[in-house]
Amino acid sequence: MTYRYSSGLWEDNPGLVQLLGLCPLLAVTTTFANGIGLGIATLLVLTASNVLVSAARGLLIREIRIPVYVLIIASLVTCVELLFEAFAPALDRSLGIFIPLIVTNCAIVARAELFASRNGVVPSLLDGLGMGSGFALLLAGLGAFRELAGQGTVFAGVGALVGGEPGAGITLLPGGWLLLLLPPGAFMSLALAIALKNLIDARRSARLGAGSLRRPAQRS
Amino acid sequence: MSPVLRTTLTLAAVAAVCTTLVAATFLLTSERIAQNEQAFLESQLSPVIGSIRHDGGMLDNVTSIADGLPGRDPARLYRVLRDGLTVALLFEVTAMDGYAGPIRLLIGIRSDGVLTGVRTLAHEETPGLGDKIESARSDWILGFEGRAIGNPPAARWSIHADGGDFDQITGASVTSRAVVNAVSETLIYFSANRDALLTAPDSP
Repeated sequence: MTYRYSSGLWEDNPGLVQLLGLCPLLAVTTTFANGIGLGIATLLVLTASNVLVSAARGLLIREIRIPVYVLIIASLVTCVELLFEAFAPALDRSLGIFIPLIVTNCAIVARAELFASRNGVVPSLLDGLGMGSGFALLLAGLGAFRELAGQGTVFAGVGALVGGEPGAGITLLPGGWLLLLLPPGAFMSLALAIALKNLIDARRSARLGAGSLRRPAQRS
Repeated sequence: MSPVLRTTLTLAAVAAVCTTLVAATFLLTSERIAQNEQAFLESQLSPVIGSIRHDGGMLDNVTSIADGLPGRDPARLYRVLRDGLTVALLFEVTAMDGYAGPIRLLIGIRSDGVLTGVRTLAHEETPGLGDKIESARSDWILGFEGRAIGNPPAARWSIHADGGDFDQITGASVTSRAVVNAVSETLIYFSANRDALLTAPDSP
């Protein structure tokens, strides 16, 4: 079986399948803008950390690999936070503590350990892009869903993504189910997303006939 | 090379590279970040000044008041000057009795004691209910404009539920009460110390 870099988007999605990085995923996905903002920050850190870890893998001694990952990831997160503060200050304020907390996103250290420390720079770059995009798209999707169902708007605050005024977004529904914006709604939305993914996988494998899938739909 | 030496050198090298990376990013962004912070503070101050004409430079005329205003930490006071005279004062106070935590407010008072505006700077109130104290989410906070001590009378300077003249936000009366009370306390403080506040020399 050859490794597919796009697997992070669907069958190995860090959020939907590996269930990694749930803390930021649940906490910031109250709007599409917040979700995609943190998603992009995570994507940047993950890709850069994969590249650096992979470049340094010749130097790595087993015993100190974890401190090295931590150093690399922490530095990259600091850089990304400075860049957000400089170029998207409104988004930085809106995401608050969750940008520094990317350090603790286990999806990043997991890719460093499982992939980047064993593969070349280019494959690691692609793996970071694939996994990071999968995570970012999930964050954006959950954010959009919770924003629409919870307060009836779409794209509230997207202006902050490009460093401008946040903006109030477009109101599509008169109101929403407030619970979806609160922490329980985060769990419910993620559960719905996972259920939807499993349903699609089950439909697909039923159509193709069992056994033709590359891997089982549900791992855990 | 002994293993200990090798691990030490590897870690030192990685640390040096990472520190360089962070330092370089910091140097490239620090100026822009400082500008952003300044612009953000000014953009927060301007709505509470209302239509008063002024000389600008409020951020250079900041003092702090240790006692007498809502909040645990000393309140910040921005002085709005026009031709060297104080035309309005902006109080940054904290209502400690919000529903989910402290609510930081910026309250603008003209020299004659009339409110020029109130804005919420930071809060932790419930999304969808208490967060209507943000001017971006509801017009509620704009209702303070033009109010003063005696308008409404002191007995009615509270929310409807407490027999006062101010609407409460539906589902967030604790939040509304906290904001109304903080504004009222600030107004009372201003009227009690009006002369001293308006003539106080600028602190360096």
